Amino acid sequence: MERRERGLLENIDWTTILTYLALVFIGWISIYSAVYDEAHKSILDLDARYGKQLIWIGVSLLIALFILVIDPKFFSQTSYLWYGIFIVMLLAVLAVGSETKGAKSWFGVGDFGIQPSEFAKATTALALAKILSGIDVDMKNLRTKFAAITIVAIPMLLVLLQNDTGSALVFFVFVLVLFREGLSLSVLIFGAAMAILFVLSLVINPYVLIGILFVITIIIWRLNRKRKLSIWLCLGLFVFAAGVVLSVEYVYDNALESHQKDRIEVLLGQKSDPKGVEYNVNQSKIAIGSGGFFGKGFLKGTQTKYNFVPEQDTDFIFCTIGEEWGFVGSVFVIGLYLYLMVRLIKMAERQRSKFSRVYGYCVTSILFAHFTINIGMTIGLLPVIGIPLPFISYGGSSLMAFTLLLFIFVRQDASRMDLV
Amino acid sequence: MKNTLSSRRFIIMGIIITVGIIYIIRLLFLQVFDDSYAQLANRNALRFVTQYPARGLIYDRKGELLVYNELVYDLMVIPRQVKNLDTALLCELVGIDKEQFLTRMKKAVTYSSYAPSSFEKQISKEDFGPIQEKLYMFPGFYAQSRTLRYYPHAVASHVLGYVGEVNENMIKKNPYYKKGDYIGMSGMEKYYEEILRGTKGSKITLVDVHNREKGSFQNGKYDTASIAGSNLYSSIDLQLQLYAEKLMANKRGSIVAIEPSTGEILCFVSAPFYDPNMLVGRVRGNNYMKLLHDISKPLFNRALMAEYPPGSIFKVAQAMIALDMGVIYPDTGFPCDKSLVGCHNHPSASNVRDAIKMSCNPYFYRVYQKIIQQKDPTTQKVESKYGLSIWDEAMYKLGFGKRLGIDLPDSKSGFIPDTSFYNRYYKGGGWNFFTIYSNSIGQGEVGVIPLQMANFAAIVANRGWYITPHLVRYYGDENLKKRNTQYVKKNFSMIPQSYWNLAVEGMWGVVHEGGGTARRAMIEDIAVCGKTGTAQNVGADHSVFICFAPKDNPKIAISVYVENAAGGGGTWAAPIASLLVEKYIRGEVLRKEMEETYINAAPCQSLPLRRYVQKSESD
Repeated sequence: MERRERGLLENIDWTTILTYLALVFIGWISIYSAVYDEAHKSILDLDARYGKQLIWIGVSLLIALFILVIDPKFFSQTSYLWYGIFIVMLLAVLAVGSETKGAKSWFGVGDFGIQPSEFAKATTALALAKILSGIDVDMKNLRTKFAAITIVAIPMLLVLLQNDTGSALVFFVFVLVLFREGLSLSVLIFGAAMAILFVLSLVINPYVLIGILFVITIIIWRLNRKRKLSIWLCLGLFVFAAGVVLSVEYVYDNALESHQKDRIEVLLGQKSDPKGVEYNVNQSKIAIGSGGFFGKGFLKGTQTKYNFVPEQDTDFIFCTIGEEWGFVGSVFVIGLYLYLMVRLIKMAERQRSKFSRVYGYCVTSILFAHFTINIGMTIGLLPVIGIPLPFISYGGSSLMAFTLLLFIFVRQDASRMDLV
Repeated sequence: MKNTLSSRRFIIMGIIITVGIIYIIRLLFLQVFDDSYAQLANRNALRFVTQYPARGLIYDRKGELLVYNELVYDLMVIPRQVKNLDTALLCELVGIDKEQFLTRMKKAVTYSSYAPSSFEKQISKEDFGPIQEKLYMFPGFYAQSRTLRYYPHAVASHVLGYVGEVNENMIKKNPYYKKGDYIGMSGMEKYYEEILRGTKGSKITLVDVHNREKGSFQNGKYDTASIAGSNLYSSIDLQLQLYAEKLMANKRGSIVAIEPSTGEILCFVSAPFYDPNMLVGRVRGNNYMKLLHDISKPLFNRALMAEYPPGSIFKVAQAMIALDMGVIYPDTGFPCDKSLVGCHNHPSASNVRDAIKMSCNPYFYRVYQKIIQQKDPTTQKVESKYGLSIWDEAMYKLGFGKRLGIDLPDSKSGFIPDTSFYNRYYKGGGWNFFTIYSNSIGQGEVGVIPLQMANFAAIVANRGWYITPHLVRYYGDENLKKRNTQYVKKNFSMIPQSYWNLAVEGMWGVVHEGGGTARRAMIEDIAVCGKTGTAQNVGADHSVFICFAPKDNPKIAISVYVENAAGGGGTWAAPIASLLVEKYIRGEVLRKEMEETYINAAPCQSLPLRRYVQKSESD
């Protein structure tokens, strides 16, 4: 027992934990700055958001500690159980949850609320890791693919039903994990091509676009004549693409809600509405842009503090960093994330257990999705999708869920030398 | 196989790092290359609040206050903050009904729920008292003070002018002014705008998204204080002005009185006048329209803008010019030949002095003939063109036919016709003395504003010179008055003093001798020198009188013009001028009965359509 403890401390990846602590600390002072008020200066005021966040940080650290001391096998053994529990929770929240900003995703208890969808990402990661670490699993196998997709699709659909499109989108990122585990590259390329086609169909007249696609098809066919690329395959792909283009409009008009369409159109420059839909993004860009190279300094931000930026301590927390710490601070935070994600990939690759490896990739992918969507939104590169910035945004569920997600992997990693 | 899949980590890392780099490049553009966001952020969070300076006060020559600033209150409302409002009580205090309350609230909400808008404007101190007491009961409402011009004596409206909000054009012309600023619109308020207004300051405050103030920007480092405007110490004598307005109360016309030795204007009346307080604050709009559409044109400054025919007072100037040109001599006599031009019954004048005293029309017909029909020294031919041109020059020197340069805006120049005018008027130049002789007696084409008439009285009083009439003696602080050095130069007529003495004697005769036309202007103990005029026009004759007193070392020179007051200058204008002289020199008027008569008299007959009336409409 004593030997194992020492082994644990030696094997824990401290740089990951330090990076985690740095991000949490940056989050806390950013929340303090975002809601800072001359009248209530105490950073320990538990009535204020930064005070509450301090409680969440404390609770999260306790959770982290707890995870580090329990048997790592606990999670691989109980992953389906957790997955099941949270599927039930997601169903329950649909029935009895409370609604915030159009999304019915909360269990409210007084001031505090719990958002099961934040945790569902972690439990899905566990279940996915579990199913992919089974014997006779091969991504080329249709059954495996089907099982993996089902594991991801169920919580994703339930989150979508809560009207929390942002969180649902995050589940798409598991495709990276599947890719690492053997899913064909063409699926990734196909996904990317579909995304590009989707955006293009919104920007360009569909018939013009189909014409362009036809020309491209001809060119590809001509260039590949020597490889005897079937003209039928080319034509088939062309017909499929044309079908996608023609159906995008229908899907777009019927499947998306008007505020989502607005956000996309604003981003594509097809719609201008500075007081309405464009407001958030504009104010966000103004806040970040006005930070300049070195920023305005701690507590000196005017845009975030005086509420020009909406949600300045949750989804738009990056604005506070951009405004007060400038380009230097923003790049530092982005650097921390990149460092953490690359580090996690390296850690995943050194796992002897397949469960740990798949789980490590899941953690990285989820962080990557949040990082990309959240920051992309604040700097005006992606449409407004309300999901938190990991470890930094205000919110108990989010912070606890990400801590849980990360430390389960840190725990797995710490015992990577153990026999599987 | 395993190795191939493991190498896929590089693709995934590549994707992650690519996204990171794209974001860093984007931030580089947002934060480093593009500084427009910093400006947008300032536009968001900084409010430049103008600090308005107090406008300078205006005093009369004895230190009596003519214009001051009074604190009024605007009741402001921030609709978002209105809570548990006792509507009935508020309506009662402000003096509006519920419907008005609802429209105003609706208007405020339409403007902004978060930003303040004015609910009731310019509540006087007295009315605001009870509101102030209960203001704590109306969250969302607060008071904002500002100053308005007030006129304690309700006097001299045309001199003081009024202050109003700047319009688009003024803002375009002068970038100092911003929307909502006040500016002098007429009178001294306009002429001395830059002295009176002071310098605006500015305070920068931080505001949040709801426009709530969040404190000063960088501890007020960039704030500037406002500098109060300078006071004006005018030459107006409040008591005389009040008295003059009392005399003109039921009349149309004007009075201008000047201190001859300094050119300082003692009183300046254009009747009908109005209470300057009418053009202040909430009531301005309605009152302004009322005054604008009044057929007697109370907004029209007659003393400065009405180009009247001067009538017989013009003869004094004609005599001086003719003497100076050497076309007549002090003892030149002309018979009163009524076949030339109509006249009243009097013995023929045998010299200039008597001609002035008796105001003989045929005499001045001949005098003007001598002036106009002169030999041109270059061509040695008698040509009206030459005579008229040197007559013009002489008239300009006496302050006629040109802007005098008083410190009031929009002065007219009067009109002394010149050759080019007559060439246009009589197409092809078919004019000569016989077509223009009416000018000789102050009729015809000549036009003179009452200010010029008073100035001419001052020239005679000074025996040949004047200082440009003006209204401001000093400006600046109470303790640091600066002399208005704009008006110290004496303008000489270049006509010998001995000739002027003839005019003085003649004008003394007008008032004091048998056969004089203004015996009613005589005052015991005070030697008044005057000249009457009866100006024919489309309607009933105008009654005109200029005078100065005392004869030696004159203290006051006056012109009185009463429009359409059938009866000559001696009947209305002369006694009014006489009362003013007594008031100014003696300090009180002993002739109470006469005073009462002329205060109550309303001699002006109904208004015919006249040139200047139509003109003023388009002004």
